Amino acid sequence: MPDTLAAPAATRTTGWKQTALQGWGRSSLSPCLAARPERLRELRAALDAPEGRTLIAHGGGRSYGDAALNTDGAVVVTGRLDRILGFDPATGELVAEPGVTFADLLDVFLPRGFVAPVSPGTSHVTLGGALANDVHGKNHHHVGSFGDHVLWFDLLLPDGRMQRVSPESDPGLFQATVGGIGLTGLIAAIGLRLMRVPSNALAVSRRRVRDLDEFLAGFESAAGATWSVGWIDALAGGASLGRGVLETAEPSESGLDAAPPRAKRFPIDAPGWLLNGLSVRAFNELYWRRVPAGGQQVTVPYRQFLYPLDAIEGWNRMYGKQGFRQFQCVVPPGPGVAALRRLLETVAGSGNASFLAVLKVMGPDGQGMLSFGMPGYSLALDIPARPGSEAVFAQLERITRDAGGRIYLAKDSLLSAEGFAAMYPRAGEFRAVREQVDPNRRLSSDMARRLGL
Amino acid sequence: MSDTWLILGASSAVARAFAREAASHGAALLLAGRDMEDLEHQAADLAIRHGVSAQPMRFEARDLASHAGFIAECRQEAEKNGAGRGLLNVFLAFGVMPEQAEADADPAVAAGMVEANFTGAASVLGALGPVLEAQRGGTVVALGSVAGDRGRKRNFLYGATKAALLVYLQGYAARLSGAGVRVLCIKAGPVDTGMTWALPKLPFMASPRQFAAAAWRRAGTGGGSAYLPVVWWPVMTIIRLLPTPVFNKLNI
Ligand SMILES: Cc1cc2nc3c(=O)[nH]c(=O)nc-3n(C[C@H](O)[C@H](O)[C@H](O)COP(=O)(O)OP(=O)(O)OC[C@H]3O[C@@H](n4cnc5c(N)ncnc54)[C@H](O)[C@@H]3O)c2cc1C
Ligand SMILES: NC(=O)c1ccc[n+]([C@@H]2O[C@H](COP(=O)([O-])OP(=O)(O)OC[C@H]3O[C@@H](n4cnc5c(N)ncnc54)[C@H](OP(=O)(O)O)[C@@H]3O)[C@@H](O)[C@H]2O)c1
Repeated sequence: MPDTLAAPAATRTTGWKQTALQGWGRSSLSPCLAARPERLRELRAALDAPEGRTLIAHGGGRSYGDAALNTDGAVVVTGRLDRILGFDPATGELVAEPGVTFADLLDVFLPRGFVAPVSPGTSHVTLGGALANDVHGKNHHHVGSFGDHVLWFDLLLPDGRMQRVSPESDPGLFQATVGGIGLTGLIAAIGLRLMRVPSNALAVSRRRVRDLDEFLAGFESAAGATWSVGWIDALAGGASLGRGVLETAEPSESGLDAAPPRAKRFPIDAPGWLLNGLSVRAFNELYWRRVPAGGQQVTVPYRQFLYPLDAIEGWNRMYGKQGFRQFQCVVPPGPGVAALRRLLETVAGSGNASFLAVLKVMGPDGQGMLSFGMPGYSLALDIPARPGSEAVFAQLERITRDAGGRIYLAKDSLLSAEGFAAMYPRAGEFRAVREQVDPNRRLSSDMARRLGL
Repeated sequence: MSDTWLILGASSAVARAFAREAASHGAALLLAGRDMEDLEHQAADLAIRHGVSAQPMRFEARDLASHAGFIAECRQEAEKNGAGRGLLNVFLAFGVMPEQAEADADPAVAAGMVEANFTGAASVLGALGPVLEAQRGGTVVALGSVAGDRGRKRNFLYGATKAALLVYLQGYAARLSGAGVRVLCIKAGPVDTGMTWALPKLPFMASPRQFAAAAWRRAGTGGGSAYLPVVWWPVMTIIRLLPTPVFNKLNI
């Protein structure tokens, strides 16, 4: 080679740019320096964030709050690292870069009879983000959360070392990273076991449920169902409190012709008035009535059952410029039932219009020190960001905490540090691991600072 | 039988998207570039997603002496893939775009850019010519730029390398037309890649995936030159027609 080649020819290095990022709820805008590595080499380079700035990874940006934001710090956007690196059809074992999404998995592996064993409610989530929030699906009561299916991951530590971490090789670091909201390092690859399914479709049954008690009884009798989820009309109060639709699903032996529908795009920021109590009430009512009184059995593609909201791209703009927040908690079975009622009453009574709320049964504890999963019921609802809505959140936090429940960090932007300490008893262990792998606190986020991590 | 696409500068974000597009149509791939770790990752990804063969190959555009040997290697690989029947096609994506000021200040940077974007391209295409002629067919797609249409204050050295590439490709197309080889120069508008990430917001930015899909479609229709995204055709027509005094006052 000519020796001019040795000279620093104009090769590109990881670029940082000043920009502003938002969580999925769009309730605040967070200025930061951002890099977007296109490959592993650039991910490594991104660790050298500009002097004096802390760093956090940002996956698909589907966390509602500030888990993936770092105001005035540095942010590494990992979505371009989207290569599938290995797959063994005999075992279902997948190796992938962190930016691979659930949509990719569906496209590539459903035709081969495999799906992700655990899937969140949108396919735009990345595997890195799924690991870092130890996400759960509508089958949590049977299969646990995402981390339970992770065989190992490669973690780029703040000191620049790349370490392969499995539950056996380093249980502490494994449990701190699963659900560790990006605070132990940059996940560079994931080994995950996919689940075999007989076809590309699900047999879904839906039925109307009149109130909360009927819901809980319904979940009880549907305990054997592979997937189950409840959609609650969060505006219904009084005798109808907790009314909604219970949906269960089983893998269908026979498939459907696959013609994926194109997502429609939500065109603009909706004006604030669109989302008043009346319009939401009408929508929720329609959703309830859509299911015939005698119930309904349908065969639907996986996509439609797992990711109903993905049919409208950018639906989060429906809440207008001010954005919205999501509240999601899990409460334990016994005392939790009364808490569910109080949570629903609080929201219905506050005049904060919420579209369908989601009720799920949760199974085993997650492995992660900050995993959300624990046995009980999970309730999620959207609340538009308006004056006064923060006070409603404070009430919801109180109710959850008093019931021995916890708030889901993937959705959160308002949980107090005290509330966090009470809800996440393993936070001390988590801090200890961080002290080891990141003594200088190179990694941080708005969430980490808010929660006193 | 499957056709083979040789991707030159295969770690480029645009090239990566194009490789996926080609693989989704069943093509085998030769991934040529410098970041071997990345090319290995890509090869695995293409093989798993699309069930095609993908082979990483080391390629340095500025190492002109290596090009003849490199092309001989590519030919062997392509023959393996297509069992001697598939055609070899080429997507040329490598290139650099340092800031004009950097190139002004440092002749090594300026010369490096000319070498990578133009000299290297001309050299490797030159070595490929006989192979394409002999197979009597195939398609060559190279990434030019709207910056090659008219020299702008911001990046005229880069623009000059792309203009030179265009002229080279015109003659190359003429020479190979008798052999039934199509040559397409894409005058690319901004694409959302690492090259443009840190720049101030650019108009009509295309995602690599959209861009690659459009490039694939356009390559299927024939050679010549084409603006992509197509909105750049009217825009550049106006920019080219602006009277010089007006153009020189613009801060673009
Ligand atoms: C419509 C919708 C439905 C949802 N449904 C569910 C559901 O059913 N169940 C559920 O559990 N969640 C659900 N979520 C939440 C979502 O699954 C989580 O917030 C998830 O973590 C988002 O992943 P992401 O790729 O978008 O990452 P981001 O939101 O960008 O980041 C999430 C966290 O992951 C970290 N991270 C991302 N990539 C890396 C990496 N490479 N290395 C280290 N850390 C990384 C970030 O630092 C951050 O802490 C839903 C969200 C939406 C918008
Ligand atoms: N992005 C745009 O807006 C835009 C607009 C118009 C035209 N283009 C053109 O489109 C092409 C692809 O650009 P991109 O946006 O995808 O940029 P990119 O991601 O920076 O890719 C450029 C690639 O060129 C490779 N390369 C540079 N010098 C090389 C050399 N001497 N030998 C071998 N490979 C070399 C780089 O390899 P390494 O990884 O080894 O450095 C890199 O993979 C370029 O030719 C660019 O000029 C881009």
